[in-house]
Amino acid sequence: MANKTPLYQAHVDANARIVDFGGWDMPLNYGSQIDEHHAVRQDAGMFDVSHMTVVEVTGGEAKAYLRYLLANDVDKLKESGKALYSGMLNEEGGVIDDLIVYYLTDTHYRVVVNASTRDKDLAWMENVAQQFDVAIEERVDVAMIAVQGPNAIEKAQSIMSDEQKAAVAGLKPFVAAQAGDLFVARTGYTGEDGYEIMAPDAKGIEFWNQLAAAGVKPCGLAARDTLRLEAGMNLYGHDMDETVSPLEANMGWTIAWEPEDRDFVGRKALTKQKAQGAPRKLIGLVLEDKGIMREGQEVIVNDEVVGVVTSGTMSPTTGKSIAMARVNRSLQEEQVLVQIRKKQLSARVVKPSFVRKGESLI
Amino acid sequence: MSQIPAELKYVSSHEWIRDEGDGVVTIGITDHAQELLGDVVFVDAPEVDSEVDAEDEIAVVESVKAASDIYAPLAGTIIEVNEELEDSPELVNSDPYGDGWMFKMKLADAGDMDSLLSAEEYADEIAED
Repeated sequence: MANKTPLYQAHVDANARIVDFGGWDMPLNYGSQIDEHHAVRQDAGMFDVSHMTVVEVTGGEAKAYLRYLLANDVDKLKESGKALYSGMLNEEGGVIDDLIVYYLTDTHYRVVVNASTRDKDLAWMENVAQQFDVAIEERVDVAMIAVQGPNAIEKAQSIMSDEQKAAVAGLKPFVAAQAGDLFVARTGYTGEDGYEIMAPDAKGIEFWNQLAAAGVKPCGLAARDTLRLEAGMNLYGHDMDETVSPLEANMGWTIAWEPEDRDFVGRKALTKQKAQGAPRKLIGLVLEDKGIMREGQEVIVNDEVVGVVTSGTMSPTTGKSIAMARVNRSLQEEQVLVQIRKKQLSARVVKPSFVRKGESLI
Repeated sequence: MSQIPAELKYVSSHEWIRDEGDGVVTIGITDHAQELLGDVVFVDAPEVDSEVDAEDEIAVVESVKAASDIYAPLAGTIIEVNEELEDSPELVNSDPYGDGWMFKMKLADAGDMDSLLSAEEYADEIAED
């Protein structure tokens, strides 16, 4: 029996095409994923992300625990509601998952991890927690809605009470605030401005319906994938996994090397890899011929396979096929070939960030 | 419910076949197939004048989500491809049995048409999916 989010019935009622995603029945699209994609780039769209796993970390050593658990350093978080993106690594420096952690108080942090990795994440977090005075508790009573797009904040605020509006007024990027029974974070996975909002189940359904009435377009997982790829954001299990270090996945910026005396899981392995140079790197590709790059296709230079596409699609905003690919670190070429079915097609190497705030960067 | 016009023939790989007379057929993908694929963004058409066997992979239709092979339903020669699809691949979604047609073939043996599925038989096939 697949898991269903509190918003499942709303998706069915909106004629969503439902697919299994990590054990959850989720909307793939509500008709056209391209229309949904454009709605987020040009206006406002919303995603049910209630399947994601919310974990409350509490206790006297909550901060010490997370400083050891994560490659990024939660000690950077000083303001209540401030969020941090980090990898959670294994001892070899491989990425167990990527996550967002919100600082609420010194003894209370909220962590959001991926749905598809829930079981191993919780097991790992529990295991590491044994050395600390800390409690790990999964929240199963919350709906989570991402409202994204240039008009997302305005439309979301239009259905908030005056008290809620006051609570979120002037909220900075990567900061969250409690607004009545809504936990509102100015974060997202699309490259657009917007909120990710947690609410108690029943309130979440009400909020979803109000957003729809306010003209926010329901968007499925398919649009979520093209949006995040255009924005150059990694998808766990595709662009990185336990065999890949953050240095090989464009996540070097999420490793807090300072202070040097902070130990964290994977630090030793990463330090060694950094000194030697990571063997691979993640690049962006833009296809110059007609076709579409897909995960698993080989990247070729001078008849040699130098890497593999980790995510590829047709980018609705640019009209071009874009991809992320993991290649040998030594690759310097600005042009490569991608083996697409029976053909080798030409692609240009770019920074893996293709669209930002509605504008093409390629 | 997807549309399955009664006057067309079908194969279980979700292509439809329209008999144009004189051993010429028009081929496209069914409404059910386009629904499964989602937004079509690229059609890699077969070469005109190429000779193909039944069940050969002769074209590719790509949606945002995935690439899907198109098979020759019968043996014959490709005589025309729908060039509109190069600039407007979305016609495959909006009008799969009309403007979204993919290519025309001259059959090696017009009698082969008898081996194709009727609308009713195709409806039964997809009901089992």
